[in-house]
Amino acid sequence: MEQSPQQGTNRTGIAVAARLGEEMITATREFPPSSPGSALAIAEVRIAYAREGEPLGETAPPSGLMDKAKAVVTAATGGQPTLLMDKLGERLAFERTGARLYETLLSKHQAYGAFSGGPSAGDVLHILHEEYAHADLLERAIKDLGGDPTAVTPSANLAANVSAGLPQVLADPRTNLLQSLEAIVVAELADNECWTALAQLAEQAGEDELVQRCQEAIAHERDHLRKVRAWVAAGQGRTAGDDEGAEMPEAAEADEFTFAEDSSVDREGYVVSEEERAETRETGTRQARKSGRGRQVRRDRS
Amino acid sequence: MAINLLRDAGVPLDQQRFTWRDLVQTPYNKLRDGAFTRVRVILMNGIESEALRFSHACARVNGPLQAALARVRRVEQHQQTLVNWLNPADQSPLETTIGFEQVAIEVTASVAEKEPDPYLAQVYRFGLLEDFDHLYRYSALMDRLTGKDANTLVQSYSDIVPGRPTAIEHRYPLDDLRKPYDRRRAAAISKLHAGTIMAGEHQTHDYYMTVGPGFADPVARQLYAEIASIEEQHVTQYESIIDPEETWLEKWLLHEACEVYNYWSCVESEDHPRIRAIWERFLDYELGHVRFVARLFEDTEGRDAAEILPERLPEPIRYESHREFVRETLRRELRLSAVGPEFVDRQEESEATRAYRDHLNSQGSPSETAAAGYVWRPGTELTDPATRVRAVPPEGERRAA
Repeated sequence: MEQSPQQGTNRTGIAVAARLGEEMITATREFPPSSPGSALAIAEVRIAYAREGEPLGETAPPSGLMDKAKAVVTAATGGQPTLLMDKLGERLAFERTGARLYETLLSKHQAYGAFSGGPSAGDVLHILHEEYAHADLLERAIKDLGGDPTAVTPSANLAANVSAGLPQVLADPRTNLLQSLEAIVVAELADNECWTALAQLAEQAGEDELVQRCQEAIAHERDHLRKVRAWVAAGQGRTAGDDEGAEMPEAAEADEFTFAEDSSVDREGYVVSEEERAETRETGTRQARKSGRGRQVRRDRS
Repeated sequence: MAINLLRDAGVPLDQQRFTWRDLVQTPYNKLRDGAFTRVRVILMNGIESEALRFSHACARVNGPLQAALARVRRVEQHQQTLVNWLNPADQSPLETTIGFEQVAIEVTASVAEKEPDPYLAQVYRFGLLEDFDHLYRYSALMDRLTGKDANTLVQSYSDIVPGRPTAIEHRYPLDDLRKPYDRRRAAAISKLHAGTIMAGEHQTHDYYMTVGPGFADPVARQLYAEIASIEEQHVTQYESIIDPEETWLEKWLLHEACEVYNYWSCVESEDHPRIRAIWERFLDYELGHVRFVARLFEDTEGRDAAEILPERLPEPIRYESHREFVRETLRRELRLSAVGPEFVDRQEESEATRAYRDHLNSQGSPSETAAAGYVWRPGTELTDPATRVRAVPPEGERRAA
């Protein structure tokens, strides 16, 4: 079955009915806006609501006394136990959703069949099983840290909203295998990025065993991304190079992220205090906010 | 808080005003707030939606009432907006659907437990088991489409197990019509119950009809189509228990009393301070509506509003888990169906219902497909390795199968 769209009828462009299009433009000249301003007017309201708004949610504290004590010690030694739990919850939710995505991709494979250079059903199944395994390891990790793997953490909720379109694309009977794989690339990019961050947070918290498991998962996820990119490229009649598209996430490098000097948040979305901003201005570089934490906010290079 | 329906003045109609900023407030928090806050918001949206629906229908056949209806209706429109906009944007349509079904279970169970008329109580228990099944079907769909656990929303208050299977809930239209209460003899609480559940079910129907086409998955689209059809049956059932001999003004007055009763029930149970303040505000607005309509009723019909309204409100709706009541109802009444207004064992269903259902299900049952073999587990069924996809059968075997 053909994987790429063919030429045919498409009525969305203005050139389809040029005379009607002209009339549309004429109308905007005769009937001007009822209020002055620009799209910035919307921004003002957004900002006003944001200032009054509540946070997206909170992460439940560890359940047991020992786990609570451990979290206190972790925080005292530079770790961020709450953020770690939040992000573990995010990955678990994402892996469960990811497993459902790959299950749907299997149906797509059966419905549309393979294409040259594309995945076999076995290839998809292999990744699916690794997604199941990742969910299992995350569930264990959350339990080991005294958390509840059934809870939706704020980051899990956020990630679900960010990627809400993916199950829609995969489940749509009209999307073919190649189009579905393009959606899967988005999921795999997020997975790669977020597993790397999770490994760093686990390292900060001194959770060596978890770091080890994360590294194994990262290796799987890089393999997934590489394969999916290659399948998409093959479907589009291209050859995927390792250096194409967004870079594979490696350990964070100092110059990767840029933030305006007066930005009120750092790269993790944490609010930067006035003191920290002042310190940045003095040194010219935003240093780690707390020694050993490794949460850096880089200054704008522009 | 004691309410006197015949005397409390509430807020006068001309003082019930809003701004756009006021209408669009900070929603409840999906992760932090209790499931029953969501349940109350969803139900009260339905109550207000019914206020508008009734008001428009009434206006179309009662020219002299149009001006009064228009004034009250505009306030109800804005009340509904404020309430409905309390649903957060990070709550997906499927997640909100879970909330709708929890409303249908826990509110209907509360009503069924408190209803003094045995026949009406049976009607509520009958509908309850069907909505209870919908929660299970939608939970399976959520798990299998998105890998999400519906219990993060129902928060362990409502069981996620099959009820009367949706596939056998389909009945011929005449088998969904029930016997109405008698407006002269029925207890006030019976009238308030009927108005409450009818409003909730009607909004549930309208919600599914709105969001159903937004799903890409064909089983999801089919399941919403199927359950929306059952909700249509439920609206047919619940509106038929209301005495059609009530006058238009009598019905209007009862609608306003029903709104008072429901906002008061919310005030009595709400633990979210900001949202409780909204319920209190709207309780006062509705008392103002009752006064306004009561005066109109008395002037127009020459009857005392006390003929229709109780002085004191009956016991409020209990916003709590009715797990044991629901389970007991399941054990006793799972096999019930209906022939006309009478409840019968499934064996005795009408030929019309059997033929209607058999044809609807003849090309497959979405509710059976969505939940095939589904057992809810904390954290999704994926936590059970036995539910996972194993190997794809070779092409030859698939063809043979």
